[in-house]
Amino acid sequence: MEHILSLLVFFPAMAGLLGFLVVKESIRAYGICVSAIEFVLSLILWMVFDTSNPGYQFVEFFPFVPSYGMNYYLGVDGISLFLIILSTFITMIALIGLSIEKEIKNLVITVLFLEMTMVGVFVILDVVWFYAFWELSLIPMLYIIGAWGSANRMYAAIKFFLYTFSGSVLMLVGILYMGYLYHDATGIWSFALPDWYALQVPFDAQLWLFGAFFVGFAIKVPMFPFHTWLPYAHGQAPTIGSVILAAVLLKMGSYGFVRFSLPLFPDASVYFLIPVAIICIIMVIYAAMIAYAQEDMKQVIAYSSISHMGIVILGTFAMNGEGITGSIFLMLSHGIVSGALFMLVGVIYDRRHTKMMKDFGGLASVMPNFATIYGIMLMASVGLPLTVGFVGEFLSLAGFYRINWVMTLLAGTGIILGAVYMLVLYKKSFFGEVVHVENKTLKDLNAKELSALIPLVALVAILGIYPKPILTTIDASVEKMLVLMDQKALQDKTKELLMKANTIGGNH
Amino acid sequence: MLEPISIDIAGLNLQALLPMAILTIGALALICVDLAVKGLNRSFLTMITILFIVLDFGAVIGYKGDVRGFFDVLLIDGISLIAQVIILVASALFLPLSMSHRHFREFKMAEFYALFMFMIVGFQCMVTSDNLILIFIGLETSSLALYTLIALHNRAKAFEAAIKYFTMGALAAGFYGMSALIFYALTGSVEIHQIEQVLQERHFEPLVGVLAATIFMVAALGFKLSLVPSHTWTPDVYEGSSAPLAGYMSIVPKIAGFVVAMRLFEMLVASGVVWLEYVLYAAVVLTMTLANITALVQEDVKRMLAFSSISHAGSMMAAILIGTTQANTALFVYWIFFLFTNLGAFTMLWIVRHRENLWDERYQHPYTKFSGLVKIMPMTATIMGIFMFALAGMPPFSVFWGKLYLISAAINSDYIWLAVVIALNSAVAVYYYMKLVVYMFLHEPVTIDARLYATNASTSLKVIVGFAAIVTIFSIAFVEPLLQVITHYVASSGF
Repeated sequence: MEHILSLLVFFPAMAGLLGFLVVKESIRAYGICVSAIEFVLSLILWMVFDTSNPGYQFVEFFPFVPSYGMNYYLGVDGISLFLIILSTFITMIALIGLSIEKEIKNLVITVLFLEMTMVGVFVILDVVWFYAFWELSLIPMLYIIGAWGSANRMYAAIKFFLYTFSGSVLMLVGILYMGYLYHDATGIWSFALPDWYALQVPFDAQLWLFGAFFVGFAIKVPMFPFHTWLPYAHGQAPTIGSVILAAVLLKMGSYGFVRFSLPLFPDASVYFLIPVAIICIIMVIYAAMIAYAQEDMKQVIAYSSISHMGIVILGTFAMNGEGITGSIFLMLSHGIVSGALFMLVGVIYDRRHTKMMKDFGGLASVMPNFATIYGIMLMASVGLPLTVGFVGEFLSLAGFYRINWVMTLLAGTGIILGAVYMLVLYKKSFFGEVVHVENKTLKDLNAKELSALIPLVALVAILGIYPKPILTTIDASVEKMLVLMDQKALQDKTKELLMKANTIGGNH
Repeated sequence: MLEPISIDIAGLNLQALLPMAILTIGALALICVDLAVKGLNRSFLTMITILFIVLDFGAVIGYKGDVRGFFDVLLIDGISLIAQVIILVASALFLPLSMSHRHFREFKMAEFYALFMFMIVGFQCMVTSDNLILIFIGLETSSLALYTLIALHNRAKAFEAAIKYFTMGALAAGFYGMSALIFYALTGSVEIHQIEQVLQERHFEPLVGVLAATIFMVAALGFKLSLVPSHTWTPDVYEGSSAPLAGYMSIVPKIAGFVVAMRLFEMLVASGVVWLEYVLYAAVVLTMTLANITALVQEDVKRMLAFSSISHAGSMMAAILIGTTQANTALFVYWIFFLFTNLGAFTMLWIVRHRENLWDERYQHPYTKFSGLVKIMPMTATIMGIFMFALAGMPPFSVFWGKLYLISAAINSDYIWLAVVIALNSAVAVYYYMKLVVYMFLHEPVTIDARLYATNASTSLKVIVGFAAIVTIFSIAFVEPLLQVITHYVASSGF
């Protein structure tokens, strides 16, 4: 168990390299096997994970460049544990549901490399290496969108790449400045996150650094007004690209806020709380309104992603246990639900080669299983109680309620708007008469698609009814982080707000 | 009456001349052998030259003598040793590219190899001296040899390139002469450390004189280092030269120029004469930004690489502007990584060279040539892609570590905006590097004939590419030793 994290990171990459030797006909089976082993490994990690310990576990430390403080430093805590499992799970599901035939060998190998970078981002505790994995994750996605996407794929791929890369170079300057501050204060070079946690950054520097990191994370999430790359990327990406992009890659940004922005710069986070919350509310309402106006099924889901990520970030900036734990849970649930929805759109696209709602109608009578699963996922996306979507959204909003109830109310309209556009989508596509002749002969879900989708449906129900084991594990690490923020806070205003956010009427 | 001059032969420290002597003897010997034996094969000539370079390398790293030598005009300090090592390693790696599958006229001539060795001697003189006259001799020796080497390629474009480079180089030499003259008139010395001493005693008065000398020097070195606005020759010269020589030019003459610039400008920037810092700051920012923007619109990969190498030189000048030990260390680390990656990229261009311009009338390597290469030659495309991402500064490939250390050096010396400019420039740069990757991986191939892309491939070229690729990919393993060694040498020579 000593090196389970290294194994988790590099197993897919090794498998990807060996994959060059596997013949084309067997590569899909190979990919599924590798991702299944990886998923089992991540489950083993959860089993041996000590839920009573909120700190980093399975820590691996190897000084790589000691004279400049760069180390190979891995560790996992409650915040990252489930995001790792989400990455391995979604990769496996996406490979099971893979329906592309063209150049499939390159595709599977690329997905395996992508898996390495995703797991790497969540387990790494050295900030320079975090940046390295963060940037490396762009290349496989560029290739997936650009090579297997639809007509306008190259434009979409380049836009995705340039947006995220430009944001992250500013983050790099921030990282190096933070390293400089640490060196200034202690006399040693270190880019290890736990070391940085111990440093109190001067308020002015916090504001600049928060800004530098914010640009990198906000583009990835994506937050308004940097969101324009996302619908394009989703519109052009193949199904497997959309599934991984929506389910995991977007979470890197929101994970960054929890892991870096809040604990490193508590005063700046509080200082920028209201502006960030306003951006979140714009995301929730504006993206929901655009989603309503879409005619393309995939675009509806893409914009709904932006809307939901707004609530995730709002929950993160609630600065209390409920909000942050809820937002992490919402990341997981959004990963499951949006992944499933994109996969369902992929299913119908494979059959009809269109994603326009006007080309469908009455699908419920032709494809009952498909319609049922679609319906369940839709409800989960809207946040119906007893589905997985409800838990995270409720906790995030409940957390932010203590900061500002008016804003919470506004963000809450996102749920209503979500119900509107999702139900309209469902009505247009699934109910009514079958108007198009082509739709009358559509086949229902086949065994391959069912085996990819049923686990997702099961998770939606199980985690919706009993989320406690996950929530308690996350909450332990979140509470530890909140205590750290409180200890580090320089300004009285920050301490007051943390107090207000974490208590009701002065009591815990 | 003149004083009788008595010199102790031991005091001359002749050992300091040994590295240059080895290659000079080698070059002369090669010419003599060529007179006696006709029709020597290029493999013999290449290997013999590499062996002389190896001997020279041994003399450099084995040097254990005084810092000063030969009437005190030689200065063998830490940075001169590092620079010589870089020059020799780069030369030894670029030379085997002559053994391509197709035969080129220049590589059959012994003169090519003799000139190549004289050129290295010139570069070595530049970096191992702080005497303005010896530096000038080194500069001219290397430049004249290089002009001829370019012209030996024997194409119309190569002549054009050689003449263009020669004309520009002559102008730069003139500027250099003017600058050295004014420094001598002001201080009565041509040794940089004595100039520094005298100027400091006089608080850099008369300012007009120092200003004039510095401006001439910035112009002269600006030509060599291809800083904006004296960069215009670079893309044409690279395009006209053969790919190995173009790659060589993007590395070696520049490192020699940087060492000279480091010796001169750091003295002047440290003088507190504010405007010089502004002049350099503007040159650095303009060089990086304009070269990057121009690279965006290039249609030919070689020209794109030329503009990108100008931009990389701009970031190097940033290191000289910052002037701390960390910045100077960053300069060398950056350049060593850049050496291997650029070597790989230019070798790839050399491998895919075809006799005729099949893809475009004007250019030899237009982007369209590489369309869909991943479907024709997956391995070639992947390696080329890695070189491109490495040049763009994607972690964890080579140039990223240099860039990281450079930006860190900028931040540590309160040049925050400079750090932001460097970072944003690498975001611009990623676009044009990625353009090639997009062509290779995402476009459909125009031809499916793999042989068209391998007409010039040979074992020695493949070995060089493999070597460059390994260093590029596993560069992280070299970061720590490089940092330690280079920091030690740079700090010990007072930079």
